[in-house]
Amino acid sequence: MTPLSDAPDAAVIKAFAEIPALLERTPALVVRGRFLDCDCLLGPMGRPFHVSIRAGRITDLTQAPVLMRSWRFSYRATPAAWAEYWQALPKPGWHDLLALTKRGEAVLEGDLHPFMAHLQYFKDLLALPRLDAATVSS
Amino acid sequence: MNGTIEPMVGRYVHVEIDGAMHRIYFEENGAGIPLVCLHTAGSDGRQWRHLLADEEFAKNFRIIAFDMPWHGKSNPPANWRGEEYQLTTARYTQTIRAFCGALKLDKPVVMGCSIGGRIVLNLAIDHAAEFRALVGLEAADFQAPWYDTTWLNRPDVHGGEICAALVSGLIAPQSPQASRMETLWGYKQGGPGVFKGDLYFYRVDGDLRGRVEAIDTKVCPLYLLTGEYDFSCTPEDTKRTAAAIGGARVEIMEQLGHFPMSENPEQFRRYIAPVLGEILTQSIPTRQGVHV
Repeated sequence: MTPLSDAPDAAVIKAFAEIPALLERTPALVVRGRFLDCDCLLGPMGRPFHVSIRAGRITDLTQAPVLMRSWRFSYRATPAAWAEYWQALPKPGWHDLLALTKRGEAVLEGDLHPFMAHLQYFKDLLALPRLDAATVSS
Repeated sequence: MNGTIEPMVGRYVHVEIDGAMHRIYFEENGAGIPLVCLHTAGSDGRQWRHLLADEEFAKNFRIIAFDMPWHGKSNPPANWRGEEYQLTTARYTQTIRAFCGALKLDKPVVMGCSIGGRIVLNLAIDHAAEFRALVGLEAADFQAPWYDTTWLNRPDVHGGEICAALVSGLIAPQSPQASRMETLWGYKQGGPGVFKGDLYFYRVDGDLRGRVEAIDTKVCPLYLLTGEYDFSCTPEDTKRTAAAIGGARVEIMEQLGHFPMSENPEQFRRYIAPVLGEILTQSIPTRQGVHV
């Protein structure tokens, strides 16, 4: 398997597109997000995804731009940041969503309430490709 | 059926702090040099349970961990009427000195983590002669904030969940899952606004930039140890702080984050054993080849 850190942006986009299916295979995470309904913008800095979450499930994931689509908050990171974040053992400072914002590799914008009220849900949701990569390589 | 009983015992001591009596819970084990351990913001003394139970350390050290007022089993003082809790440098310093005085500890070693690491620096600045050695884990004179603390205590966000979720990223990915969850459980159990109140000291009142240069390590040795995965108090923050203090010892701990003693006790032991060994050797200069 090609290390994600060497992968082109397309690999990051492909990994994001697989998150809804990974979530469906992680029922405990769906339960964690059971009170969450939110339309948000997540993904790589230049081409993020509009993500619709209802009762903890992703009901729609469409890559931007989408004409006049609203979102409450966005969390966007550089492709390099996603690639590092998804390593089985990420490097120090690349291992957490807020470590990435602190180092300037990610940007958190908008109405942050749904993100902060469900912070562990979003950390775990956006780490699903890491677990998937570990499963594939083991 | 046999049960395993751990060696530490817990008791309460009544201590006057800032004119009010406080009932402070502490656990201890061992005999010898007093070693007082300070927990991180928003948690309690259970973080030290592995160190407290360490048979080898307990041979030469009286290991003590207390819960700060408002934390763990140390309630707020009886005169509290619900005002917002806010830890200050003066209050934190007074609490530690009052606790050590109440137990009549003779020149204790104080080891603190995070806010405990920061206050250790303040003890080194203002009260070095009272202590045998000072150990700061995840300690720096200042570190850049990375979130707004108002999220920690508001009615529309679950306090326990947000506190744990925020600090979860400060644990190294190599740390065992059970230890990770236990560390986070401490944060989920904190009282409302307590983590936020502790961070008043950390973020607002306890900025030691420009003051640590006054530390004289000949009066009291100072050890600073920081985990490589701590992005709150980064290794660079600690190294910058140590560089300003003549004689300060600094170590960056691999595969550890912001909670070394609780997130991965085995890995932490590899780093703290030589420090405690050195303190012991310095305390008993005639004794050769001491190993802990």
